Amino acid sequence: MTLVRRIAASPDTVFDLLSTPEGIAQWWGPDDGPVLLAEFDARVGGRFRLRFRMRDGSEHECHGEVLELVRPTRLVTTWNWLENDGEAASRIEIALEAVGGGCEILFTHALLPDEATAKGHEKGWSGSLAKLRLAAEGRQG
Amino acid sequence: MVNHEIGLDAVFAALSNATRRQILARLEDADGQSVSDLAQPLGIKLPAMLKQLGVLEDARLITRHKQGRTVHVSLAAGPMADATAWLQRYERFWSPRLDRLAAVAEAMDRQKGKARK
Repeated sequence: MTLVRRIAASPDTVFDLLSTPEGIAQWWGPDDGPVLLAEFDARVGGRFRLRFRMRDGSEHECHGEVLELVRPTRLVTTWNWLENDGEAASRIEIALEAVGGGCEILFTHALLPDEATAKGHEKGWSGSLAKLRLAAEGRQG
Repeated sequence: MVNHEIGLDAVFAALSNATRRQILARLEDADGQSVSDLAQPLGIKLPAMLKQLGVLEDARLITRHKQGRTVHVSLAAGPMADATAWLQRYERFWSPRLDRLAAVAEAMDRQKGKARK
């Protein structure tokens, strides 16, 4: 999954919001409930940990390891949910590029390569699934 | 939650076969076809067709209804929507968060701009 956003702010500002505990706490929380814990050791091999409470009262924690860090253009980490411990980690890849006074963020959350091989067919499915779903809904509605 | 997971298992298992995907694609083009109309262009015999339709029906991806002596097949939306939602779960999680990240970053840089002036 890849998301792209154009942001009217410098890559430095965005990178700080992504890679410091204080920064993360500023944007992660508001709508879903409070951030209970934010740790981010911003160096290759460093760990991060993020715990938050949703509005339904449930608490969730994710954690991972920094794989690549090039300030302020590139951040790659692993990603795990505490509640799914034992499940293979996924991978977050963030690329920031300065564009016309602001920046563009390319945000990818993907399976790790070995898991991706095992589940390769998922990718091919998602497009046709969406199409089929629309077709089916159109007919039922 | 457990039932939901079993439902998804059945959907993805049903989709892991080319013939069954072809059947779904043909229904997407024209819903409500008869079993024999569906079977003909795929070049499969009726017993094999009925077996594939059974798998799709167990996964609740299709429904069958009898009209006189003809059985018609229709797509069902629910389980496909669940499967799509599962595949899009990352996007649903991250999209609002990135929107907020953008809003916070923009507010911060506006503040910095003001401070400099």
